[in-house]
Amino acid sequence: MAKFEISRRKFLTAGSLGLSGIALSGCDVFDSGLGIGGGLRSFLENANGLTWRAQRLLAGRDALAPEFTEADIRQPQRPNGITAPDDDTYKGLLANNFADWRLEVTGLVEKPLSLSREQLQNMPSRTQITRHDCVEGWSCVAKWTGTPLSLVLDQAVVKPQARYVMFHCLDTIEQSLSGDIKYYGTIDLIDARHPQTILAYGLNGKPLPVENGAPLRVRVERQLGYKMPKYLSKIELVDSFVNVGGGRGGYWEDNGYDWYGGI
Amino acid sequence: MDTVANNHSAAEADGKDTTLIYRQSRWTRLTHWIWAFSLFFMLLSGLQIFNARPQLYIGKQSGFEFNNTILQIGAENTANGPRGFTEIFGHRFDTTGVLGWSGPPGQETPRGFPSWATIPSYYDLGTARVVHFFFAWILTTTLLVWLIASLINGHIRRDLAPRVSDLRKLPRDIVDHAKLKFHHTREYNTLQKMAYGGVLFGLLPLMIITGLAMSPSMDSVLPWLNEILGGRQTARTIHFTVMLLLVLFFIVHILMILAAGPINELRSIITGWYRTDPPAKHAEPTERSA
Repeated sequence: MAKFEISRRKFLTAGSLGLSGIALSGCDVFDSGLGIGGGLRSFLENANGLTWRAQRLLAGRDALAPEFTEADIRQPQRPNGITAPDDDTYKGLLANNFADWRLEVTGLVEKPLSLSREQLQNMPSRTQITRHDCVEGWSCVAKWTGTPLSLVLDQAVVKPQARYVMFHCLDTIEQSLSGDIKYYGTIDLIDARHPQTILAYGLNGKPLPVENGAPLRVRVERQLGYKMPKYLSKIELVDSFVNVGGGRGGYWEDNGYDWYGGI
Repeated sequence: MDTVANNHSAAEADGKDTTLIYRQSRWTRLTHWIWAFSLFFMLLSGLQIFNARPQLYIGKQSGFEFNNTILQIGAENTANGPRGFTEIFGHRFDTTGVLGWSGPPGQETPRGFPSWATIPSYYDLGTARVVHFFFAWILTTTLLVWLIASLINGHIRRDLAPRVSDLRKLPRDIVDHAKLKFHHTREYNTLQKMAYGGVLFGLLPLMIITGLAMSPSMDSVLPWLNEILGGRQTARTIHFTVMLLLVLFFIVHILMILAAGPINELRSIITGWYRTDPPAKHAEPTERSA
């Protein structure tokens, strides 16, 4: 028993020394291994997949994000990220009010499309007052009007091997040594065909402003803001995104955000 | 599981009139340490996530064109150089060096919580989210395991469930705690029951609920959640407030352990065995608590 006492004390002493060591050296001791591709990071990221599966299981295909009333629209939609693209292509399109702009629908489709804004606006539309949740933590309620993405996908006839919708954008989000990186992102076909997933051209009863993504942005109401690219130019149906960018499915995903932005 | 054995051999070996009892089951001990570990990482990654938007609001959304901000941590330029501030319900405090503006001398940066309080130490929202949600799963699973085990082994019914007598003992218990006079018995005293029960059945479930309420995906499954809580931004504010209460609990918990005898208290939560007060010292047979 006495021997046991000593070993316990040794254990406690060692334990408390270890803990105080962590405290003294500050929290940068956890920094290594947490970078993208790091062993610890990759292990912890398994939880992201679990979260995605659990939320998919619970929310199913068609559970709707809460919708709000006109009275909840108390301010303009807060713009974030790129709010005035400096790209010549974009500025040229903006100069004549996007008359020459087209939305290309390509990739794994039977009938590639090239749609003008008028063509999109002539399709059936959906208007919804929803809450935009930014990954940073803030929220903003606004009214969005647009074409259900599912209608566009039906028109293009998606091939069976397609699994994701990739959004290509006109705005440069980062200038790197290997060239300008334009914003891009992916969602799966379940979210793409969700009733509230729309290609929005209207905001709070007016045409979508430049700062919020004119001429067209996507709304994916069950996910966070970084999953809703602005300044769309092309929708590409793909079976995988591993060969695009950093291979994690989007610009912010390549910079460490989870691919499924449902939480 | 329910072993409350008088360890006479230990008492004889020590030559003292003391009693070792088996106080904490392996389930209690295991889950305690997993929580301690998880909550450490959840706190530090959570403060990093908060730093991405070091403001708290009341309601469905964040007021940019109207004011529903109740807490703000920020930095501002003054005649004396940049200063950090914290504003709570419109009252502004200078918190330079800790909140709003901190870092090594000469290398201060504007940031909500200082780098020693966040994981990672540098600004990295994406990584903090990975760490936070990983431990959220661990914490929630452990809470569920503890709940099932403690229902089966009687820990909740026997040790945590409040009784009428607890209410009667409360005034005396408060006085005893204030005097740092501790009784070491098998049972938890009234304040302990309130503190542990409050954390396990109040704060931690509320933390999980408000965490889920912030998820746009979960809002499509449980749309009533934010309606009950008063909106997503209120849920976020509650999440933060519960964090403060858990930190407060941790500080009091550690102080009480130090005051009550850290070796004995630590032994019971590591090995399960707890040294109780000699029976002779029990003035009244009915008296419990410590």
